[in-house]
Amino acid sequence: MSLVIKDVRPYGEGEPVDVLVDGERIAEIGAGLSAAADEVVDAGGAVLLPGFVDLHTHLREPGREDAETVETGSAAAALGGYTAVFAMANTDPVADNAVIVEHVARRGREIGLVDVHPVGAVTVGLGGEQLAELGAMARSGVRLFSDDGKCVHDPLVMRRALEYAKALGAVVAQHAEEPRLTVGAQAHEGANAARLGLSGWPAPAEEAIVARDCLLAGHTGAALHVCHVSTEGTAEILRWWKSRGAAGRVSAEVTPHHLLLTDDLLATYDPVNKVNPPLRTDADAKALREALAEGAVDCVATDHAPHAEQDKDCEWSAAKPGMLGLQTALGVVARTMVEPGLLDWRGVARVMSERPAQIAGLAEQGRPIAVGEPANLALVAPQDRWTVRGGELASLGHNTPYEGMELPGRVLATLLRGRITAREGEVRR
Amino acid sequence: MRHLLTTEGLDAASATAVLDTADSLKQTLLGREVRKLPTLRGRTVMTMFYENSTRTRVSFEVAGKWMSADVINVSASASSVGKGESLRDTALTLSAAGADCVILRHPASGAAHRLAGWLDEAGTQVVNAGDGMHEHPTQALLDAATLRERLGDLGGRRIAVVGDLLHSRVARSNVHLLRTLGAEVVLVAPPTLVPQGIEHWGARVSHELDPELPGLDAVMLLRVQAERMHGGFFPSAREYSIAYGLNERRMAKLPEHAVVLHPGPMLRGMEIASAVADSPRAAITEQVRNGVHVRMAVLYHLLAGEEIAA
Repeated sequence: MSLVIKDVRPYGEGEPVDVLVDGERIAEIGAGLSAAADEVVDAGGAVLLPGFVDLHTHLREPGREDAETVETGSAAAALGGYTAVFAMANTDPVADNAVIVEHVARRGREIGLVDVHPVGAVTVGLGGEQLAELGAMARSGVRLFSDDGKCVHDPLVMRRALEYAKALGAVVAQHAEEPRLTVGAQAHEGANAARLGLSGWPAPAEEAIVARDCLLAGHTGAALHVCHVSTEGTAEILRWWKSRGAAGRVSAEVTPHHLLLTDDLLATYDPVNKVNPPLRTDADAKALREALAEGAVDCVATDHAPHAEQDKDCEWSAAKPGMLGLQTALGVVARTMVEPGLLDWRGVARVMSERPAQIAGLAEQGRPIAVGEPANLALVAPQDRWTVRGGELASLGHNTPYEGMELPGRVLATLLRGRITAREGEVRR
Repeated sequence: MRHLLTTEGLDAASATAVLDTADSLKQTLLGREVRKLPTLRGRTVMTMFYENSTRTRVSFEVAGKWMSADVINVSASASSVGKGESLRDTALTLSAAGADCVILRHPASGAAHRLAGWLDEAGTQVVNAGDGMHEHPTQALLDAATLRERLGDLGGRRIAVVGDLLHSRVARSNVHLLRTLGAEVVLVAPPTLVPQGIEHWGARVSHELDPELPGLDAVMLLRVQAERMHGGFFPSAREYSIAYGLNERRMAKLPEHAVVLHPGPMLRGMEIASAVADSPRAAITEQVRNGVHVRMAVLYHLLAGEEIAA
């Protein structure tokens, strides 16, 4: 099986070329290659990027198959330009053992729309006390461990987790939230929450953990990944830490929603805007965009978090935190980073594909668009604008905060190892 | 306005209209043997209380009954709520069962906003009787009615709100309404009970009560909401009382005409000394009495078709 992507601009640079994919790899890049191929995709001058890698996805299986499954989440990923996703461990039962992670990985392989990498829990039942069997999960292929949704708040447990994961060549991804500072927290602690009577989630609850974990990572030489950075202060801490000589292996992600949305949305009391960490101020969002552009924050991760209707169509405090992200990530990044000139498309390739693949140690993802490289690719039409409709997204939950919003940048096609997984808004199994 | 959800955004003309209606209802009913007006005959008002409350629920019930509305009280524990029914479904059920107006007390901030959204299509009106730490607009209206009786026009008056500003919906509603009516508001609390971002409330914040007392026209004490406290916001009840309790010594520092308000229930001895609560300065019983007239006025403006712009 061979395929030619005609009239395409890798990284949005230079004159359009044709890219010939033969089997799983890029066979040739040049002009007039279409005659040789079984299938032709006419890109019309669109941008070709390495397929996106999401370090932070909730697929909800097992446990909440009414909100998302590996199948529907894989479809959303393929449609969003993703070729690899990391499925978070806070399922029910928790992915804190090899049985669950192998189940999730197997479901991912059976569906085949995207590489599904299960994340293993750091502690048993996300309880924050006893280390889960990281070794057994690592032998099942797990390279990223996280109690996401909960913070590994006990400093000694976190230290041990970092040390133990080091021997496994694995990364510990921390949901940074000092729980004593966020008891009952509902929204970013600031003027909006004060006015609306919502219990505050103070920025230092994140920043204190990030600072502590950087120190622990430096001390142990282990690999730390900071999930969903949400505050200006965290960006500053990361910038400072990385500017030191002995920064060790610390990486960080930011979500599309923290780049774009702010706590001004609280006034709606609509829980579609409820997420953890919460939407913060305009100053925070601006600082995060700058930190992503300069590299203090390494990459974009969606924190794609589908929820069933009844868990969102309720009063604010009763609602579950989280929002959809896989199919809107590129659009939000285009709007917040590309349109204002903070990133070019090569920069988008870096933050959505190359860096996350490096952080997680994926050898065949986030690779250059070059002859001989694996054909994990996303084809993006930068000029196409589209309107987000939750009901039209592939996820079972429809909880998108971007309902009715027009976003730039449409994913025209996604290729996983040379095979089209999504094209023109349809998945191909 | 279809609903009364907040005093934030309620303009001075509308607020004054409600207060004037409350005044005239009070005058109309004064000394009457049968305190019943036919105004809301045939209208159905349902109270939906998800938190314990005696005075607010009773006050709304009496207000509805004196206006001849059919008033039905739904208590959360006795309804399907105990079976895990969602707020939305309960509200839609009450609306379908014929509620023209739902009066909601709920522990979640914004619950009344959500309810109004769900019931808008059905035409059911919503009155917020207290939503979490957000607002309690009829409390602010009855406080304003009481202050107007004692002080006249509130323009230029200086009123202190003292106590748990962090958790208090009464504080938020009062700050908005008092400022709309032209009063100057001083907020007094220990820093642990002051929310981050209070500088946007348009009121001065002080951590000391004593220096404020001589310049005040009224002191509004807030309940220290023990049930919302999940941490030591202050070292002890005694220490709070020493710094912020309104005792006789402090009352003596107030100007002669100054009024003392408390939304109740009072923690005597801690927030307020008994001698102060029972003194002629205190308008606490009047607050309760005015509460009925103010709630009658609110129901009248909402249900009898009088527009309140907000």
